[in-house]
Amino acid sequence: MTPLHLCLLISTALFCIGLFGALARSNTILVLLGIELMLNAANINFIAFWRYGPNPAAANGMIFVLFSIAVAAAEAAVGLALIIAVYRHQKNIRLQEATVLKG
Amino acid sequence: MTLPVQLLWLIPALPLLVAGIGALTRHRGVALAAIFAMAGSFVLSCLALAGALQDPAVHATYNFAWFDLGHGTLRLGFLLDPLTALMTTMVTFVGTLIFIFSLGYMKKDENFSRFFCFLCLFAAAMLGLLVANSLLLLFICWELVGLASYLLIGFWFHKPSAAAAAKKAFITTRIGDLGFLLGLLWLADSTGSLLFFDNGHGVLEAATLASLSGQTLACGLALSTAIGLLIFCGAIGKSGQFPLHVWLPDAMEGPTPVSALIHAATMVAAGVFLIARVYPLMSADALLTAVPVHALTVVAFIGAITALLGALIACAQNDIKRVLAFSTVSQLGYMMLALGVGAWSAAIFHLLTHAFFKALLFLGAGSVIHAAHHEQDIRRLGGLRTKMKFTFASFAIGMMALSGVPFLFSGFWSKEAILHAAHEWNVSHLPLYAGLCAVVLTAFYMTRLVAETFFGQPRSHGADHAHENTAAMTAPLVILAACAVLLGFLGTPYWPWLQKTLDPHYEATQGGLGLMLLSIGLVGAGLGLGWWLYGRKLRATAADRDPLATAAPFVMAALANRLGFDELYAATVGRLNTATAALAAFLDRYVIGGLVTFLAQLGIFSGSVNRQMDEANLNGGFDAVSESVRETGLFYSRKQTGETHGYLRVVAVAFVLLFLVLALGGVR
Amino acid sequence: MTAALLLIAVLMLGSAAAAMLRRNLIHSALLLVASWTGVAAFYLWAGAEFVAFAQILVYAGAVSMVVLFAVLLTRQSREADLPIEPATVTRTASAFAVAASLAAVIGSAVATARFPAASAEAPAASVKQIGLELMAEHGAALLIVGIVLTVALIGATVIASNDKKRDPEDAP
Repeated sequence: MTPLHLCLLISTALFCIGLFGALARSNTILVLLGIELMLNAANINFIAFWRYGPNPAAANGMIFVLFSIAVAAAEAAVGLALIIAVYRHQKNIRLQEATVLKG
Repeated sequence: MTLPVQLLWLIPALPLLVAGIGALTRHRGVALAAIFAMAGSFVLSCLALAGALQDPAVHATYNFAWFDLGHGTLRLGFLLDPLTALMTTMVTFVGTLIFIFSLGYMKKDENFSRFFCFLCLFAAAMLGLLVANSLLLLFICWELVGLASYLLIGFWFHKPSAAAAAKKAFITTRIGDLGFLLGLLWLADSTGSLLFFDNGHGVLEAATLASLSGQTLACGLALSTAIGLLIFCGAIGKSGQFPLHVWLPDAMEGPTPVSALIHAATMVAAGVFLIARVYPLMSADALLTAVPVHALTVVAFIGAITALLGALIACAQNDIKRVLAFSTVSQLGYMMLALGVGAWSAAIFHLLTHAFFKALLFLGAGSVIHAAHHEQDIRRLGGLRTKMKFTFASFAIGMMALSGVPFLFSGFWSKEAILHAAHEWNVSHLPLYAGLCAVVLTAFYMTRLVAETFFGQPRSHGADHAHENTAAMTAPLVILAACAVLLGFLGTPYWPWLQKTLDPHYEATQGGLGLMLLSIGLVGAGLGLGWWLYGRKLRATAADRDPLATAAPFVMAALANRLGFDELYAATVGRLNTATAALAAFLDRYVIGGLVTFLAQLGIFSGSVNRQMDEANLNGGFDAVSESVRETGLFYSRKQTGETHGYLRVVAVAFVLLFLVLALGGVR
Repeated sequence: MTAALLLIAVLMLGSAAAAMLRRNLIHSALLLVASWTGVAAFYLWAGAEFVAFAQILVYAGAVSMVVLFAVLLTRQSREADLPIEPATVTRTASAFAVAASLAAVIGSAVATARFPAASAEAPAASVKQIGLELMAEHGAALLIVGIVLTVALIGATVIASNDKKRDPEDAP
């Protein structure tokens, strides 16, 4: 059991916690936060492979994480704005009730 | 200072510009602009004349390409020679005076500016006709002149008679123009050019003329004779020659300045000008002996018939303008007669003098009509001699010029020139005799006209209250009267300057004193006869019988009825036209219409058959296919629940399954 | 080293799990901040200081604030007191099953994987090096991310703005 395995297992656990939250909770904000957790798990993977990868001299892993954080921030802003818009429309933010787009 | 031929287009362009402005605005200032434009054109014409007189034998031309047409280039051009220059000078001068006269005459008309717009259009077209160096350009302007004449005759279009007269003039002249167009096309086809003078290649130059007169048609005529006669058809229509003279008297329905400008001075002279312009073509067959007829012989006889006929009918008319109209017909006949006998310079001489004195007479008539509250019947006029002194004096001068009172008046000299030429014509003397008869008749009917109009007692309310008109109307009369006297001295047998200028080959006729004395005697006879019949015992009331009608009632009635030409045409041409129209209507309505209806019914029938086939057979298959597509779509649309959790769950489960499949499948 | 890693993992995973299970949203949000801070601690542990600071700034600083505002703006009274619906129970159960099976397959895959041996020393990545790489090698990507952020910001403002003044019926 190397540190790399440990790191990957931790990230797996974080990913699955995020997935569970996204699937289980009805509050849209929490669904969004679950997805954020899954993103963080991916970032942990990047750092782990950078740290224990074959070529740690290149900073690619860190750069990737930085971009990922930036995009995640944008996603959070837009997602939360959408949540507010949905709330204004249907007076709650329960995800299972936002089914206007069904076929 | 002279006007170069390259700038000759300026002469018609000035009035055209004003016509364009007049078409856009109703401002009364258009009239002043029109007068200034005409005066400007007159100045330019004088400059052009000065240039042309420096070397009268030269035909200065300026040709340019209009557009490319198939293999060739269509070329137009301008021409400056003494004939053009003299005609433009005359037209612009008379035109300016008539424009000024119109200021007074049309002052109260509600369409005042439109009238001047039309006048300018007419003047532009007429001047364009004169400066053209291409038969095509001449024809275009010729038709524009016809259009302007139509608009002006029908200017008071709310009067049914005016509208009918305009239509009649337009259609009658079109009959002649058809011949003109055919001749033009034939000429273009056989020579490949329509330019008059083009450095040896023009249609009026020796090489082309020789080739034209050298070809003989199946009927024995030379080609140049046939083309010339067709072109002469246009002149017959435009110049009111027999048998198409019927429109000219009716055209007097237009305003009197129009009658003066168009139907006395300029437009009707266009036919004479045309024949004078293409005179080399008309006379190209003169030296051939084997041909059955020469083109100019036809011209001479038509002219002689017209001169005699017009003068005869004029004797029995009672409308002051119609007398003058038939007089115009007669005088145009004189000009054609002169052209026919080969004295084309004499014809132009008479054209110029006639333009002045006939414009003078018409404007005088207009002055009378205006003063007498639109009374035109000479039986109801009378006694105007003392009321309208200027008008009477100038009208009398015009009357004497027209009658050919010897030595002092221009009409005498130009008429003498024509009669001498007719005397020397070696084909026939019949035209001369017709011309001499017309001399008597002319003097006679003019005496009648003056006696009835100006002497005796006023025989109507209008004539009773007549008074002299304003200076705008009398000043042109005085100027024209002066010209009517002076112009004659340009072409006397002792100093034939005009003839020599126009025609460098002109030779003054020798002798002929006896003929001159004879014609003076005939003029005297006409005047005396008129005075004996009408002046000796003046008409007392409008209802009095005409002395001539008392003497020869049938002749008088026939003449008053214009020898029945209108009725004849109505009975033959008119009825033929109506019958043809009825036949065409029948064919259109029943034969062609029936065919169209049958085809339509056929279409409807086949359409209904098609529809049955469609509904019964084809639609079932399409319906089944469409229904199954719809069902499939519905099935899949139900899978879309809108439940975000569900979607996410499916993705996750699918990922797990994919992972398992890959792992169990041994993919590392 | 490993002990520190395990401590960080416990903090991170524990607060995350608690956040996903709590019924009070405010608590969830605050627990998540703790979890993100744990992630930042992991980055520090791994030697990526710059990324750790970015994580703190963006997540613990900015995103958490936005989340808290969203929670406050959309809070419904006494949501925590509502009875748990049967549908929620089944959904929770299925979610747990899915998450657990995913954890099982990925975990087994990771546990059985063999990686090449890595150097024991932490690679030295200075801020200067990161800056140079960002500006030189990944300049275009940096610009595009900037544009994405700007567009997302404007878009979020537009979406969340109160557009009651304008009736959508008569919008052009």
